Amino acid sequence: MMRYILSLLTVLMLWSLPATAQTGPLRIEITEGVIEPLPFAAPDFVSDSTTGAEFGRRIAEVIAADLTGTGLFREIQPEAFISRVTSFSSPVQYADWKAINAQALVTGAVSVDAGGQLVVRFRLYDVFAGQELGQGLQLVGTQDGWRRIAHKVADQIYSRITGEAPYFDSRVVYVAETGPKDQRIKRLAIMDYDGANVSYLTDSASIVLAPRFSPDGRQVLYTSYESGFPRIYVLQVGSAQRRVLEQQDGTMSFAPRFAPDGRRVVYSLSSGGNTDLYMMDIGSGTSTRLTNAPSIETAPSFSPDGSRIVFESDRSGSPQLYIMPSAGGEAQRISFGQGRYGTPVWSPRGDLIAFTKQSKGRFHIGVMRTDGSEERLLTASFLDEGPTWSPNGRVIMFTRETQGAQGSASLYSVDISGRNLRKVPTEAGGSDPSWSPLQD
Amino acid sequence: MTYLSKTLLLCAGLALAACSNPDRFDDGTGAGFNNGGMNAGMAGSASDPTSPLYFQQTIGDRVLFAVDQSTLSAEAQAVLDGQAQWLMTNIDYSAVIEGHADEQGTREYNLALGARRANAVQEYLVSRGIAGNRLKVVSYGKERPIELCSNEACYAKNRRAVTVISAVPSS
Repeated sequence: MMRYILSLLTVLMLWSLPATAQTGPLRIEITEGVIEPLPFAAPDFVSDSTTGAEFGRRIAEVIAADLTGTGLFREIQPEAFISRVTSFSSPVQYADWKAINAQALVTGAVSVDAGGQLVVRFRLYDVFAGQELGQGLQLVGTQDGWRRIAHKVADQIYSRITGEAPYFDSRVVYVAETGPKDQRIKRLAIMDYDGANVSYLTDSASIVLAPRFSPDGRQVLYTSYESGFPRIYVLQVGSAQRRVLEQQDGTMSFAPRFAPDGRRVVYSLSSGGNTDLYMMDIGSGTSTRLTNAPSIETAPSFSPDGSRIVFESDRSGSPQLYIMPSAGGEAQRISFGQGRYGTPVWSPRGDLIAFTKQSKGRFHIGVMRTDGSEERLLTASFLDEGPTWSPNGRVIMFTRETQGAQGSASLYSVDISGRNLRKVPTEAGGSDPSWSPLQD
Repeated sequence: MTYLSKTLLLCAGLALAACSNPDRFDDGTGAGFNNGGMNAGMAGSASDPTSPLYFQQTIGDRVLFAVDQSTLSAEAQAVLDGQAQWLMTNIDYSAVIEGHADEQGTREYNLALGARRANAVQEYLVSRGIAGNRLKVVSYGKERPIELCSNEACYAKNRRAVTVISAVPSS
């Protein structure tokens, strides 16, 4: 208890330090109300070398894109700048930034060290308080990894201003789709959360579905028709090596998800036309049956503490959401609204469950509390499905498919407030996103 | 509720009738031969009663289902009786039964639904005397529609189980 109070005091002190100069520190409180995006300036990061300056320009661009992409910030275009930032160490001309209403200012410097590594330093200023917000930081990384450095800087800024955990330095594994609806080619692909740095993990020979990251982000579970039948595979992200996880003859397996411990997998197995939930210990390969009902049980997802599983079942006559202990046992129905509910996913914070809802011919992505209360629909379209949570639990990415013969699938993201719906750029079509944890 | 079930059954029946028409898939281009079946290439001639093509086009290789259902209508059972008879006669062939769903539903649920449909066909054929080891089942969920429009006219044809004949008998 004592330790708790001490650490709480430390936190409070840290937060109150910048507040001494004004009524409160630069801060966005993310609430359910409408937010006026906070104006910020992110001039190109300065450098002594041409190479460094080019990286400085691109890094500032990615930082600005990360921040504006949240819908919480608004970038002030460089044309409006009065001050030019020419040196990282010279004092900031607050009046010049105030005059253009830049509430936050990000400055930075890039150099290339003897080993060819990028050294990036940045500072964040609370312009109206006339002081730095947090401490300057230095990040070092390879030139190839310049985008990650930019995302890490943006993560710092986002966290310092919102008080929330960040999410920009993360990846998304998804299914890249090409070709017409009746002969769609599907490949596993991985990219940065913003669509950059895409690479393909499987070829186009077999249908692949619904990849899911492991808790450490190093492995991906997915379903493939490689054998002619849907089966679960596990793939090493680094090497793209894969192996089949579940291959009982005469059965089909799909909808896998890792347990938070990364050592077990919960999934659906169809045998004799009946689909139930099973848990596999990856090390030993042994499976335990969790449900035993003639109804369909699928789309399981663990609570972050590993104690419970939320899943979809049509035991009541239509697909609805249920929660049971992770070892199996009695399940409680949590969805009671009008319509059909599917693909529930527990938020990383543990407080919400995202889901797909089908009602009156439309599909929605929604969230509800874990007891089923406070259901809120965040999207509506011809076909939205398969939500995945950002590492900080603030944003949901999902699949949106357009209708008709020319229909195609794309990735979208939306804030859990329902604001800021955005299409995530992908080279071709995209479906079944799975968001990684924040990278190390 | 009774009214609804009857309507659904009627729809399924009507769609099935349209689908059993042998001309339906014979568009003369050859591309239609694979419609709904995942196996490319179909041996034999449609006039040879022992050929898989005859099975596909004259017997009828598929049955249709009502929304969310996997029960076999009377029409579906009649088609499957034909399939069973053909399989009894042509004992060197085995079959993979593909279960499919329309796009109105989540990916996972549709996979499970397709499994139910394929299994319903398998069980029926076994009940008509076909050895279970000649029949494999696979679900494609909503991954392989044959009709592309986004309304009930297409959905009705996509909610199907297709019996795909393979020349290699299962061991």
